[in-house]
Amino acid sequence: MKKHLSVSELIQQNKQKSRAFASIREKTIPFILFICAVISVFTTLGIIFTLLFETFTFFNRVPFIEFITSKEWLPFFESDPSYGILPLLSGTLVVAVIAMVAAIPLGLTAAIYLSEYASERTKRTLKPILEVLAGIPTIVYGFFALTFVTPLLQKFIPDLSFFNALSPGIVVGIMIIPMVASLSEDAMNAVPNSIREGALGLGATRFEVAFKIVLPAALSGIIASFVLAISRAIGETMIVTIAGGATPTLGFDVTSSIQTMTAYIVQVSLGDAAYGSTIYYSIYAVGITLFVFTLIMNLLAQYISKKFREAY
Amino acid sequence: MNTLMKSKPLNQNPIQPKQEHKKTVIEVNRLNLWYGEDQALKDIHMNIPENKATAIIGPSGCGKSTFIKTLNRMVELIPTVKITGNIFYREKNILDPKYRVEELRTRVGMVFQKPNPFPKSIYENVAYGPKIHGIKKKKILDEIVEKSLRDAAIWNEVKDRLHENAYGLSGGQQQRLCIARCLAIEPDVILMDEPTSALDPISTLKVEELVKKLKENYSIIIVTHNMQQAARISDQTAFFLNGELVEMDHTSKVFSNPRDKRTEDYITGRFG
Amino acid sequence: MHFINRETIQKQTKKRMAVNHLLKTLFFAATMFSLLVLAVLFYRIFTQGFEHLSFDFLTNFASRKPEEAGIKAALYGTIWLMAITGPISIVLGIGSAIYLEMYAKQSRFTRFIQTNISNLAGVPSIVFGLLGLTVFVRMLEMGRSVLAGGLTMSLLILPIIVVAAQEAIRAVPQELQEASYGMGATKWQTIWRVVLPAALPGMMTGSILALSRAVGETAPLIVIGALSYVAFVPDSIWSGFTVMPIQIYNWTGRPQEAFHDIAAAGIIVLLALLILMNSIAVFIRNKFSKRH
Ligand SMILES: Nc1ncnc2c1ncn2[C@@H]1O[C@H](COP(=O)(O)OP(=O)(O)O)[C@@H](O)[C@H]1O
Ligand SMILES: [Mg+2]
Repeated sequence: MKKHLSVSELIQQNKQKSRAFASIREKTIPFILFICAVISVFTTLGIIFTLLFETFTFFNRVPFIEFITSKEWLPFFESDPSYGILPLLSGTLVVAVIAMVAAIPLGLTAAIYLSEYASERTKRTLKPILEVLAGIPTIVYGFFALTFVTPLLQKFIPDLSFFNALSPGIVVGIMIIPMVASLSEDAMNAVPNSIREGALGLGATRFEVAFKIVLPAALSGIIASFVLAISRAIGETMIVTIAGGATPTLGFDVTSSIQTMTAYIVQVSLGDAAYGSTIYYSIYAVGITLFVFTLIMNLLAQYISKKFREAY
Repeated sequence: MNTLMKSKPLNQNPIQPKQEHKKTVIEVNRLNLWYGEDQALKDIHMNIPENKATAIIGPSGCGKSTFIKTLNRMVELIPTVKITGNIFYREKNILDPKYRVEELRTRVGMVFQKPNPFPKSIYENVAYGPKIHGIKKKKILDEIVEKSLRDAAIWNEVKDRLHENAYGLSGGQQQRLCIARCLAIEPDVILMDEPTSALDPISTLKVEELVKKLKENYSIIIVTHNMQQAARISDQTAFFLNGELVEMDHTSKVFSNPRDKRTEDYITGRFG
Repeated sequence: MHFINRETIQKQTKKRMAVNHLLKTLFFAATMFSLLVLAVLFYRIFTQGFEHLSFDFLTNFASRKPEEAGIKAALYGTIWLMAITGPISIVLGIGSAIYLEMYAKQSRFTRFIQTNISNLAGVPSIVFGLLGLTVFVRMLEMGRSVLAGGLTMSLLILPIIVVAAQEAIRAVPQELQEASYGMGATKWQTIWRVVLPAALPGMMTGSILALSRAVGETAPLIVIGALSYVAFVPDSIWSGFTVMPIQIYNWTGRPQEAFHDIAAAGIIVLLALLILMNSIAVFIRNKFSKRH
């Protein structure tokens, strides 16, 4: 006769002992978890306020009008520095455009192939490889652009300077192919198979199904993927820093050295810009411009894919 | 598989109705089909008459959908499918790999179980088939769209909203739109896989009326698990069970005086 | 009345099928192009860097002489950084995910947190560097320490971990939770004993993948002032530091060709580390995915 207590009695005993502790626990834990969740909100606020405050100081020294209208970005000129964002914007834009010219056709065709032609087995092998492409650090792509793509391009374009917009543009494009491909493929996969069968049943070929039915139906998702990709290209840093150069120039010459917004921030960070100098604050002004541009793109992408989503 | 064929020699399959005066549009000959290792169709023989409605009945999972999807080779979309045997459509073997499926499907159209209009306008839905087959003139397309919608008995309901999205239509209207879409390429045979199973009774009635009218000009093969429906609209009825064609005869004969015990059990509701 | 001419259809079908076939080949080629680039990239880097790869390369500090240069400081820096970033971001990320999936009510504020997280994931990494520079390096006076770097990286990968952990929690069958509640368990007991164990493999996979993103990041750390020429190993969270990508960047920027080869060798080490992390993540996913 070892057992004096039944299980239910044991449970009752334990409950009484631990009830006080349990009730504290059940109340405090959600609160702690809530703090965790709110940290991401504080991160966003932190980013916005940091950028705003430091940019505010910057605009105390450099007129806002000069920042948005001056055609020269020469912060390192001791005597007469000039802070016009346009050259950095044009450098960023040129790289982003080249990247999209490379990424859209390749990414979209890969998406079409994967979603409309490839067998399950082919998909299972190809998709992880595309993921590898997406997981390679940008520093590696930068190295690749500088030591392989640029020399290769120079064989075809003798005028191409060592630092240029073309090579990093192409490589940024390659970097975002997986993103375009996988988001577009998701959009195309959302088109139900019954609709494809409807078209095939009328004697359509796979190509006709893809271009006349699936692409139009998935268009909003596909365009959203392009917009997100542009945002990514704008924010990309190391590839353009390594292979693009450090010469802010207003214009659309892809063969000569340029500077993007991100590359400028890196340049200043590497040099020893004294804390408190105008140059120091200028990286925040550039940073907030970058932030606003990418944020607009991201919100636009969300808007497009929500607003024009087809409810099948 | 061999034993299976031997145990069921050809002469034991005299379940075809006599059709001396009627032309056969599709002739199925020793058709076997497997999904991977699982055999879904077993040694099917069947002659499908021209300009009649042929109903295919049988319990769920007996291979009805598989069978009619084989008739326009839609079943090949499933990669594990293996087929043996012959299917002659107007004397040509459509299972011959050289037979172009795209062409076959313009002659043997299909209406699916769930309405599956394209996410486009009503007009574009109907014009899609003619367009991919190279008809580009707006005037001709307009005529085709109107004729097809009229033939599908939906013209009056949609004529004022041709350029609105097809998803705004009710389920029954969508299904008749899908029939119009199929008619637009002027098929010879129309396959229908439980076209009313997703519809309400009134829409069902409309589609049934439509089928009765269409069979004057088209050969129709319709899968249904609703026996009343088969009795109402079809001339011939084929009963499938476990991938086998148990019996095929005039509809009245199958329902009043079935030859096979299993058919009788099924239509009297003893299983299925 | 017939509109459709069978003969023209037949003729056209041939053409259409040819077009289809041609484009299929084209699409396939385009897909393969990406893979080709990947192959070329790996080939180049391996042939260029393999020679320099040795045990010494892992145990030497950076040097002005290419033949003596090694990646020790950067390797240690990266490990230090991971040791700080990993725990912080995983705890915060999983905590947020539990809150959002298990406790948060369907309110406007919850939706706001959720949108905020997805937007945060789209902010360029260099902007996080600016945040870290102001908040951690200057305001909290951590200086250009490995702690400041680790905290910055934690915030950077936090959104990725939250989203992955949320998905893992959502994949836990509702019946399991109901069974636990049905036996009189409290909410936290259910989360701790039922939900978390079931969601853990998914959470770990997502977290490791997020960490591997942090391992490859360069820009934010340059902005907060990680050093690019270091001949020591961090000895505390207040030490200055460098990480592998920055070291590779430094070598890539040198004019001498020999340093490019060393950069390639550094990339091989970096990629090896990433492949290792990804393999672990995939292993965890495959090992535990059959459970439910
Ligand atoms: N895609 C498929 N893969 C494997 N087996 C299938 C597939 N489709 C149907 N089957 C099997 O084939 C048999 C016949 O199915 P089906 O033709 O859909 O029957 P019905 O339409 O008469 O209900 C069933 O046993 C079903 O499980
Ligand atoms: Mg069926």
